[in-house]
Amino acid sequence: MEHVMEQIINGLQLGFMYALIALGYTMVYGVVQLINFAHGDVFMVGAFVGYFGFAVWGLPLPLAIVNAMVICAILGMVIEKIAYRPLRYAPKIAALISALGVSLFLEYFSSLKFVFGPDYRVVPRPIHEVHWHILGIPITNIQVMVIVVVLVMLLLLQLLIYRTRIGMAMRTVAVDHNAARLMGVNVDNTISLTFAIGSAFAALGGVLYAIAYPQIQPFMGIMPGLKAFTAAVLGGIGIIPGAVIGALIMGQVETLTAAFISSQLRDAIAFAILILVLLIRPTGILGRSQTEKV
Amino acid sequence: MKISRQTIMLLILAAAFFALVKGLQFAGVLNAYWQLVLDQALVTVIGALGLSLIYGFTGQFSLGHAAFYGLGAYTAGAIDIVYGNGNIIFFFVSILAGAALAGLVALLIGLPILRLRSDYLGIATLGFGIIVKVGMDNANKLIPVLGGATGMSGTPQTAHFDLIFILVLIIILLVRNFVFSTYGRACTSIREDEIAADIMGIDTTRFKVLAFVLGCSLAGLAGGIYAHRYPFLHPASFDFLKSFDFLLIVVLGGLGSMTGTIVTAIGWGFLMEVLRAVLGENFIDWRGVIYALILIVAIILRPQGLFSGKELGLLLPRPLQTGQGKERSHAGTGS
Repeated sequence: MEHVMEQIINGLQLGFMYALIALGYTMVYGVVQLINFAHGDVFMVGAFVGYFGFAVWGLPLPLAIVNAMVICAILGMVIEKIAYRPLRYAPKIAALISALGVSLFLEYFSSLKFVFGPDYRVVPRPIHEVHWHILGIPITNIQVMVIVVVLVMLLLLQLLIYRTRIGMAMRTVAVDHNAARLMGVNVDNTISLTFAIGSAFAALGGVLYAIAYPQIQPFMGIMPGLKAFTAAVLGGIGIIPGAVIGALIMGQVETLTAAFISSQLRDAIAFAILILVLLIRPTGILGRSQTEKV
Repeated sequence: MKISRQTIMLLILAAAFFALVKGLQFAGVLNAYWQLVLDQALVTVIGALGLSLIYGFTGQFSLGHAAFYGLGAYTAGAIDIVYGNGNIIFFFVSILAGAALAGLVALLIGLPILRLRSDYLGIATLGFGIIVKVGMDNANKLIPVLGGATGMSGTPQTAHFDLIFILVLIIILLVRNFVFSTYGRACTSIREDEIAADIMGIDTTRFKVLAFVLGCSLAGLAGGIYAHRYPFLHPASFDFLKSFDFLLIVVLGGLGSMTGTIVTAIGWGFLMEVLRAVLGENFIDWRGVIYALILIVAIILRPQGLFSGKELGLLLPRPLQTGQGKERSHAGTGS
């Protein structure tokens, strides 16, 4: 039983990290209907910048995290400006291809020797891992940190989106660009900001990931990015609570499969569940089915 | 049977291309290495035409094309390893078996998931691709000859340029005839507007599944040929990154254009190798960076692709009549 609880906690940790990445996917999809394939690589850059912050430059951990978030927010805005904005009103697939290009660019550019280098780096733990038993549940301080930080960030995001003018602008742009413009919303800035927030969340996810699974390299973003994106689709893409629900499900499925069935079948079962869910609910768990007008 | 002037012109062009390659071979310009690059580019043409049918002409977003390519490759390779002995007959038997298996799997998976729309369909096919990749990684536990995560080698290398070239030519003609048949027209109408097509009396499910099965069989066929031209198969060669390769060939070529798919498939096949040759030892690390930049710049400059909805006159079954090119100029608006 303790083993099961331990795995569930591990799954929760993984799920919350997926949630941080999935939020960026889902927010960007909400405002520009683009699957931002480069998002997983922004996550990777976040992990590296965080690692450099606390392990190489000797910054305190919170400062290293903020630093990574700011740099990735800027990176996200630059990517949007250069690679997606010229294609905003082109066929949707064009922006998707551009996103693939950006993804490859970030991966290969980061692999260059004078950037991050192609090799695995072992991340030293910025804090000592302490094992606790809370109500008989084995948990580490790092897991507690991850879960608390993510919950606080989710709360902040919820406040931002539903309680501020910026959030209102984002929700408006998500409905209709032209109508938003007519209402006096600066659509370009709002989209930029959405990318910035999404990328900052990915960076936070990256740093936490590097602390929890202490090994990083330039292609580390591909799989978590794909899983997080799948989580966003599972929950209903464009819907923020959906991304969190989807991510928690992905985290549990993956960890429990790896622990009790087979670690090699982990990905297969996660994606099989995705396909099954989509067959039953074609727009995800919380997705609303759209009536098509003729 | 009356053969149209377009077909004859196409065959003449193909013969000229063939003669050019033979000439280059004879002059020693085309060494074994570049011959392999060319052959693989031609194999990619077949696979990419498959995705072109599914996505370019029928508008069904698939991100799992490489899975079918891989299924074909492994099936054909395994059959030829176990039963074949380098005999050319087994080449044909095994690649047809590969295509058939890919088509059968496409039918089974396509019937349920083709109900999904655009990005959701893309992600379901992507997920299917990942499941197939996991299957390939563990396939040796059921069938040892498949090699699993360590890869499979030993397929007789019976394919060569002449054979591949003729197969590509046949496939191009078949795809052309399909696209311009009533079936192809039905598929195109689904891409343009599924509801309108439905109202016009087109059984949309049937045609979506048909295009998907045909396209995936072509991927399987391409995979089978690949197995006979490249001695080492590895699951990593058939993961979702390979699916993205097919996707970007079809999109950069221009949706709804066979010409675009063929030209881009060959160009894309050579790009990486040309970059390798141009950059040399010292700058080889930059290859991926430059490749990515070319991709971004190309799509920003031509968001609709090189030949969106247009065809080289030779690939039309009949001479172009006035207005015939216009009606398909909206290709690429779907996603």
